[in-house]
Amino acid sequence: MSTETDVLRVEDLTISYGGAPPSVKDVSLRVRAGEIVGVIGESGSGKSSVALAMMGLLPDSARVDARSMRVAGDEMRDAAERDWAEVRGVRASMVFQEPMSALNPCMRIGAQIAEVLRIHGVADRRTAQARALEILELVRMPDAARRMSYYPHQLSGGQRQRVVIAIAVAADPMLLVADEPTTALDVTVQAQILDLIRTLRDEKGMGVLFISHDLGVIGQLCERIAVMYRGRIVESGSAARVLAEPQHPYTRALLESIPRPSVPARTPLAVIPADNDFDDAPAVLEEAS
Amino acid sequence: MTDDVLRVKNVTQRFGHGDGAMLALDDVSLNVPRGQTLGLVGESGSGKSTLARAILLMRRPTAGSIEFDGADVTGIRGRALRVHRRRVQMVFQDPNDSLDPRFTVGRSIAEPLVAAGMPSPQRRERVREALDQVGLPASSLERYPHEFSGGQRQRIAIARAMAAQPEFIVLDEPTSALDVSVQAQVLNLLIRLQEETGVTYLFITHNLAVVHHIAHRVAVMHSGRVVEEGTGEQVMNDPRDPYTQQLLQSMPQLYRT
Repeated sequence: MSTETDVLRVEDLTISYGGAPPSVKDVSLRVRAGEIVGVIGESGSGKSSVALAMMGLLPDSARVDARSMRVAGDEMRDAAERDWAEVRGVRASMVFQEPMSALNPCMRIGAQIAEVLRIHGVADRRTAQARALEILELVRMPDAARRMSYYPHQLSGGQRQRVVIAIAVAADPMLLVADEPTTALDVTVQAQILDLIRTLRDEKGMGVLFISHDLGVIGQLCERIAVMYRGRIVESGSAARVLAEPQHPYTRALLESIPRPSVPARTPLAVIPADNDFDDAPAVLEEAS
Repeated sequence: MTDDVLRVKNVTQRFGHGDGAMLALDDVSLNVPRGQTLGLVGESGSGKSTLARAILLMRRPTAGSIEFDGADVTGIRGRALRVHRRRVQMVFQDPNDSLDPRFTVGRSIAEPLVAAGMPSPQRRERVREALDQVGLPASSLERYPHEFSGGQRQRIAIARAMAAQPEFIVLDEPTSALDVSVQAQVLNLLIRLQEETGVTYLFITHNLAVVHHIAHRVAVMHSGRVVEEGTGEQVMNDPRDPYTQQLLQSMPQLYRT
């Protein structure tokens, strides 16, 4: 088994804050080049902490332990901030839910992309503008040449997320970590952004770790998924298998709580009991090989 | 003839004047039968929230009329408007929009009753009942919103809306900010409350699968117009309008099966 195709491989990641019980416990994840892996969980499941840990973005108060944490080819378990600075935005990039918080409201979007290219040494002052336009076209920004001179507020939510993705992929990363990138978008726009992520994966061969609370979105986009509950991965496997034949009681309950046409209208949906014993059920993990 | 609590007749809402004018609602007509739920589906800018404001008489439409219980309420003021405000309640996406963080839960739920002029002993009794209806213990009365989870806060907001024993509740994306497992609890609660009290709902959402589950009829809005109306089955299985078809196509497969 070659590890060269792995763009992310983390083993037994545990994250804790202060003396509290760990908010992420013994999480192992693997993303290969060209693969989209989804992490699904509800609030407090620890999924966003995992995403931030993959990018070295957890606050100093977080204690991170792992047997191994290989990000874009490098062991980052004991990495210092200056090591992360070489990886982040270059070999591994992240996209967040709210595009406005990632963009500078006072800077034209073409200039923002060009700046990132120069900082990462992908282009120089002379070529950065032309290269920025290429990337804006790569993310299928409609009328890209004209929009280079737009400010973020002049764009729709979906177009802003395209700019954020453009910045993330500008330096051709091996790994893209996307934390709820379509949650704030309308359904029709969400479908377009999911298409874009899939297209970029096809064209660039990058691996994607996609974090979401939305089982439907995860099922639509990802080849493999991991279900997180209370800091642990309780189930993992191919998206088709997990959604069609969920094995862990939490995954089953989660699926049954979703209103769908197959559930008779106006009948009670399954509810996850507060006093459940899901923690006692063994995790159903599928080794990806 | 059906007994419609609400009739929206040819309502148009124009913002701005001249060339810069924008039609937020373009000749919208809808009927909501008593004791039923009309699901209103649309994306940002479709006009669904503008329609909610028109129904709540928060903004007088440019043209058209709103009939409630057979009477035209479009231009009512003063006492008649206050009475209408008791009969029609609202639940928002974010429960914090209707709960003052400095008020105890009991005070927040009692507020619409104070506004309606209900005497104090009766009010206390009604607040307890409302809290019980949404499945929260009486001990919640003296506590503050921050002591509750998001799902519990939405229950409190629903108790506040139910307290005045309204005939009609406008629910604007009431479960969109909740985890799916919590959304299931709130949807179950809303269905049960309707069965128990006969209250009528207008349920506004961007999620077709959610309205298919909760609503008797579904209306799809796009660019200020109702482009399609029918039962949940009709709209999901046999959409006629191109926009509805596009909306369905955009939904993840899981929510279409």
